[in-house]
Amino acid sequence: MSGKGGTGKTTVAAALALALAEEGKRTLLVEVEGRQGIAQLFETQALPYEERKIAVAPGGGEVFALAIDPELALLDYLQMFYKLGSAGRALRKLGAIDFATTIAPGVRDVLLTGKACEAVRRKDRGGRFVYDYVVMDAPPTGRITRFLNVNDEVAGLAKIGPIHNQAQAVMRVLKSPETAVHLVTLLEEMPVQETADGIAELRAARLPVGRVIVNMVRPQVLDAADLELVGSVSRPAVARSLSSAGLGGARRGGHAERLVEPLLAQAEEYAERYTLETEQRAVLAELDVPLHELPLLAEGMDLAGLYALARKLRGQGVS
Amino acid sequence: MSRRPEPAQDQDPVREHLSPARALEIDPLIEDPDTRIVVCCGSGGVGKTTTAAALGLRAAERGRKVVVLTIDPARRLAQSMGIDSLDNTPRRVKGIDDSAGGELHAMMLDMKRTFDEIVEAHADPERAAAILGNPFYQSLSAGFAGTQEYMAMEKLGQLRSRDEWDLIVVDTPPSRSALDFLDAPKRLGSFLDGKLIRVLLAPAKVGGRAGMKFLNVGMSMMTGALGKVLGGQLLRDVQTFVAAMDSMFGGFRTRADATYKLLQAPGTAFLVVAAPERDALREAAYFVERLAAEDMPLAGLVLNRVHGSGADLLSAERALAAAENLEDSRIVDQPDGKAGLRNSPDTYGSSESPARNVTDGGSPATEDVDGAAPEDEPTATDGERSVERLTAGLLRLHAERMQLLARERRTRDRFTALHPEVAMTEVAALPGDVHDLAGLRDIGERLAAGRAELSGTP
Repeated sequence: MSGKGGTGKTTVAAALALALAEEGKRTLLVEVEGRQGIAQLFETQALPYEERKIAVAPGGGEVFALAIDPELALLDYLQMFYKLGSAGRALRKLGAIDFATTIAPGVRDVLLTGKACEAVRRKDRGGRFVYDYVVMDAPPTGRITRFLNVNDEVAGLAKIGPIHNQAQAVMRVLKSPETAVHLVTLLEEMPVQETADGIAELRAARLPVGRVIVNMVRPQVLDAADLELVGSVSRPAVARSLSSAGLGGARRGGHAERLVEPLLAQAEEYAERYTLETEQRAVLAELDVPLHELPLLAEGMDLAGLYALARKLRGQGVS
Repeated sequence: MSRRPEPAQDQDPVREHLSPARALEIDPLIEDPDTRIVVCCGSGGVGKTTTAAALGLRAAERGRKVVVLTIDPARRLAQSMGIDSLDNTPRRVKGIDDSAGGELHAMMLDMKRTFDEIVEAHADPERAAAILGNPFYQSLSAGFAGTQEYMAMEKLGQLRSRDEWDLIVVDTPPSRSALDFLDAPKRLGSFLDGKLIRVLLAPAKVGGRAGMKFLNVGMSMMTGALGKVLGGQLLRDVQTFVAAMDSMFGGFRTRADATYKLLQAPGTAFLVVAAPERDALREAAYFVERLAAEDMPLAGLVLNRVHGSGADLLSAERALAAAENLEDSRIVDQPDGKAGLRNSPDTYGSSESPARNVTDGGSPATEDVDGAAPEDEPTATDGERSVERLTAGLLRLHAERMQLLARERRTRDRFTALHPEVAMTEVAALPGDVHDLAGLRDIGERLAAGRAELSGTP
């Protein structure tokens, strides 16, 4: 799950994880940017580098969450593949771990995607997949292709050796039909533009584009006919209407009369936004990707809202 | 029954209470010749780039010679400033009001080119070619974690040392975390100074594998481990790169330190940009705390996209109740057909009443057959009805606006309570995006006015 900054991709990722967890499924929600946004959404304590159950979905499904810490993931990885227990610690002292996870080209991204892919492929003793779905709250649209494709890049950079093999394995998972990169956007020009650019980049890199989810869609309060009327309506008529609804006098200077201009000004702003939104919807429609819309929650985002969004996603057949 | 719209319970007192202790005065800040650098930082999607561009334009039109450095790879700034392409050098922005003697230049950071330029400036041609051709360098410079942040600060240092502008406005990279650009130069600096470099350098310096025996056991184990993890070929690339860069490390370190000091200098002002949303303000709070910890001079907070209302005496609750009133009367009307509006003439007494009277006098049965969908027929009655419908819509729209206002105020209140010392300016939300200088100028005026009123009663 990616999206431009500020579009609510963490929220949508969490809602999707919940939606997918219905009917007794088990999903893992992965955070890679160290913001602890998932913990805040689910109103729990900061997540450690450990898979934890954070929510139960209707119908008995479970959502687990994992905040990947690249440094720990690297030590983990070294331990798992090379049994570098003490050498790992020494590397850390040297600054090598810090170097590898912050400066070295791509290592960080390889570790993050690598850990997520490991969770995707993990099986229990009975040979069943431990998680039915893994949802990653990924970096923003501007960096997503690079982030996911980093394994290709690293595989090119490290032409042989374990990193090369690891990177190749990760790319196989990411480019398989079991992966889908969903993009979250708003009905605004820049996020839509970035979504279009992002899809083009993903396609060019042959990464599987999933769906576009338009988040925070405002309810339609005035329709096209109303908006047409806004420009031409007689001010006194609106004042009388307001007055009849109990909002004071319609005469000049009366309370209802004084509300008319500000209310119509708000309607004109609404009209402007409505036109922009209609244009942006048209742009999105041309992307040739399934579109979904999630409403803006009037009361702000909370846990109840998250479940409501999950139901919406499910209702729209996203899961 | 009182018809006087009462102030909503949570408004006026809240607004009073919420006014931050200090208002952020933009004009004195950007007009002060001692202000040489303004850094706009904040989380993604809050309008940092636009704010930086608007500040630059305003300062230029007030007589300063300004350069705006933007990092965002998007073409936003280019578009709003009417420049086709922003490359790695500052370009003069045309069409500004230069009557006060100011100039506006704008540039977009090309991090790879910035990195290449550093290499070319600090190494002899042969060595520079070796570095530029190294695969490890090519990946590093093309923008892996931290490079963009580091190069942004590097470019800032370059612009400052050219001393051609008296004000530099910097937009910060859209990082994972807003703090990355502070950390990246330091991190790179400490890495370049660190032991790791010496380990990596050792074999290359003494002539590859043959030199290993001179190293102590610990070190050879390290290189061995690194080789195992990275693969021999990558390790060799890294080693060659590090060896080639060796002569430049001192320079890197010095520059990173100099830039860091520049940020702490009195001529620098940090503006934290946020929107009145929970996440953006939380990030802003982190930033405020972090800047204080690093002795970086914070000028204040720019709160973008704040909503207002020209009718804020009418509360959401009253607006909704009134909308329901209007809609109820319509619902009651439906079963009776158009006759239901019989009360309207008292209120409106307009020229339309005769038409309605005719309808009223007509046979209801006929009406029901003919007017199966009464709203669709553009009769006079429907005109009245659509005004009521519109009015109800206006009231609902207003209720929504007031709810949004209340939510934004709560969010802002939380921040102000935590950081009462931070001066704040608010910028009213615009319905659309900014595309041109006029739009940027408008934002600049809002920034300077500092109070978000309803964006404009046209």
